[in-house]
Amino acid sequence: MSRAAGAALISARHLAKTYQLGEQAVHALRDVSFDVMPGEFLAIMGPSGSGKSTLMNLIGALDTPSSGELTIDGEPISGLDAEGLAELRNRTIGFVFQQFNLLRRTSALENVKLPLLYARRRPPDMTAAARTALEQVGLGTRLDHQPSQLSGGQQQRVAIARALVNSPRLILADEPTGALDTETSAEIMALLRRLNEGGLTVVLVTHEPDIAAHARRLIRLRDGRIIEDVAAADSTWLRAATHGAAAR
Amino acid sequence: MSARELVEFVKLALVALRLNKLRSALTTLGIIIGVASVIVMAAIGRGASIAMEKQIAALGTNVLNVMPGSMRVGARQLGFGGAPPFSEKDMRALREKAPDIAAISGQLNGSVNAVWGAANWSTTVNGVHAEYQDVRPWPLKSGRFFSADEVNRGAKVAVLGSSVTRELFDTVDPIGEIVRINNIPFEIIGVLTTRGQSGGPTDPDDVVVVPLTTARSRLVGRAFATVPDTVGMLQVRVADGADLAAVQEQIAGALRKQRNIAAGQDDNFSIRNFAQLLQTRNEQAQTLSLLLAVTAAMSLVVGGIGIMNIMLVSVTERTREIGLRMAVGARPLDVLAQFLTEAILLCLAGGLIGLLLGVVVVIVVSHIAGWTVSIGAGTVALAILASGAVGVIFGFVPARRAARLNPIDALRYE
Repeated sequence: MSRAAGAALISARHLAKTYQLGEQAVHALRDVSFDVMPGEFLAIMGPSGSGKSTLMNLIGALDTPSSGELTIDGEPISGLDAEGLAELRNRTIGFVFQQFNLLRRTSALENVKLPLLYARRRPPDMTAAARTALEQVGLGTRLDHQPSQLSGGQQQRVAIARALVNSPRLILADEPTGALDTETSAEIMALLRRLNEGGLTVVLVTHEPDIAAHARRLIRLRDGRIIEDVAAADSTWLRAATHGAAAR
Repeated sequence: MSARELVEFVKLALVALRLNKLRSALTTLGIIIGVASVIVMAAIGRGASIAMEKQIAALGTNVLNVMPGSMRVGARQLGFGGAPPFSEKDMRALREKAPDIAAISGQLNGSVNAVWGAANWSTTVNGVHAEYQDVRPWPLKSGRFFSADEVNRGAKVAVLGSSVTRELFDTVDPIGEIVRINNIPFEIIGVLTTRGQSGGPTDPDDVVVVPLTTARSRLVGRAFATVPDTVGMLQVRVADGADLAAVQEQIAGALRKQRNIAAGQDDNFSIRNFAQLLQTRNEQAQTLSLLLAVTAAMSLVVGGIGIMNIMLVSVTERTREIGLRMAVGARPLDVLAQFLTEAILLCLAGGLIGLLLGVVVVIVVSHIAGWTVSIGAGTVALAILASGAVGVIFGFVPARRAARLNPIDALRYE
């Protein structure tokens, strides 16, 4: 695989992240390097403590690395302050969370508008864009519903619409099906796959092999290091894990 | 921040406040009470000083009262009024020596009994010269004041104060009626307008005004028998533009000469300027109302602390929401502005409600207690500004706390 660094959407070089827990230094990530090209569907897996949350925070521009270089959409995030990171997140990244994180007692439409508010868009544009995003996830008829009036799957669709609304380069989904039943999970994954087929880069963080199997590329982490970075179809580990789960 | 962004932040804040209606209402209560008390205190203070100013205007700022004062006879200090009263001769001397005197009148006071038909009333008689109306003009409600000629010949005519008129005549027109004052018949030629309570213990309208000569010869002269041509005390109006202090000096000099007071001896009379006296009282009243306003402002501060308290709770409660907003692109400044807007809106709403409440209380107080109260535009503006400022000051700490949250921790906050 030859990837031109300039064209990569995410470019990680020797990333390390160290937390200071009292006297003890915790090495959450050590020397992690990889590229993500536009249009990829990548799953990041690993047991808890493997550093996948830390990696996700870095890719999500929520945090900056202790050392190494991370470039997102051509922007080295080490040089950014809180404001610069916020703008990068707003412009480039759409987040999808396990707990949906919708604003309660706020309509689907208003929830989806949220990123546009911080993008300083004009109100008529915001409504139009939010409506389009909700139609994209199949909720065009539920614009005025509040989260409490929607099922879990529908709430996650609203969250995905919110991630889509500002036309990001990257969807970053953190355990997006963690709070959903199997059937709804499959629907949400199908939706993410459809978005990816439409050209959107999707990075999925999960500990469920069944969910990771929807991706086309798999990165596995352990103890802060990448232990596997392959096409999902080629991962014998993933094949074994999903079959094992099916057998159970 | 553009106007459009401001509108967005206000909308955001309104949504957040609506989600916690009861809490928002209770939080603003402190501000409501604070602003209402500021309004009420300021209105009472302002009303008091307006009432004072009216009194000063009524007394005239250039009127001097010259009273026969205490006198030392041997080792005995005679009390107030112990010194002989002034005389017609003193008045003539003053006119000569103090050219800046615009008008001068004597004033003989005494208690009398007034009878009309079956009605009788104990009141005060005021014997004055016709010039009294030039010294301290007291408009008439009906009829006329007596003339210099009537004073010269000691005419038995009287002008009634409104309280006396009410007590004796009730609704009957007293003009032309004969009232027996200490059993001497007087023709009523005029009724004075009501001056109203001056703040002192006496009712200024409970008075019968008669020519000084008549009062001296027929009503109260016996009390001043030592000086046959007594005029009691003097009321002097100083010409407009004249130096009050200089005229006061001239009067003192002339009177010392008239009363043969040797150099180095104390005056046995005093010259008082009532306007000055009232002004001093007014300053005291203003100090008091400032004190009241400061106390009220304290409650505004307490209200502000309440706002800060609740906003801190709100920030903690909405940590996840803040994290989410940051994740989707809210800058720290956006979060700061959002929470600051909430605090300011809370305070402004409280300020407006407090303003209305204060106005209601002021109206009720003015009706029930009969106090003069006044709400100035400045007070209103100050109350609104102050509540906004409380929002900024006490909203800042919670808002900054929200803005400084780490998005990762905030998103994971349970």
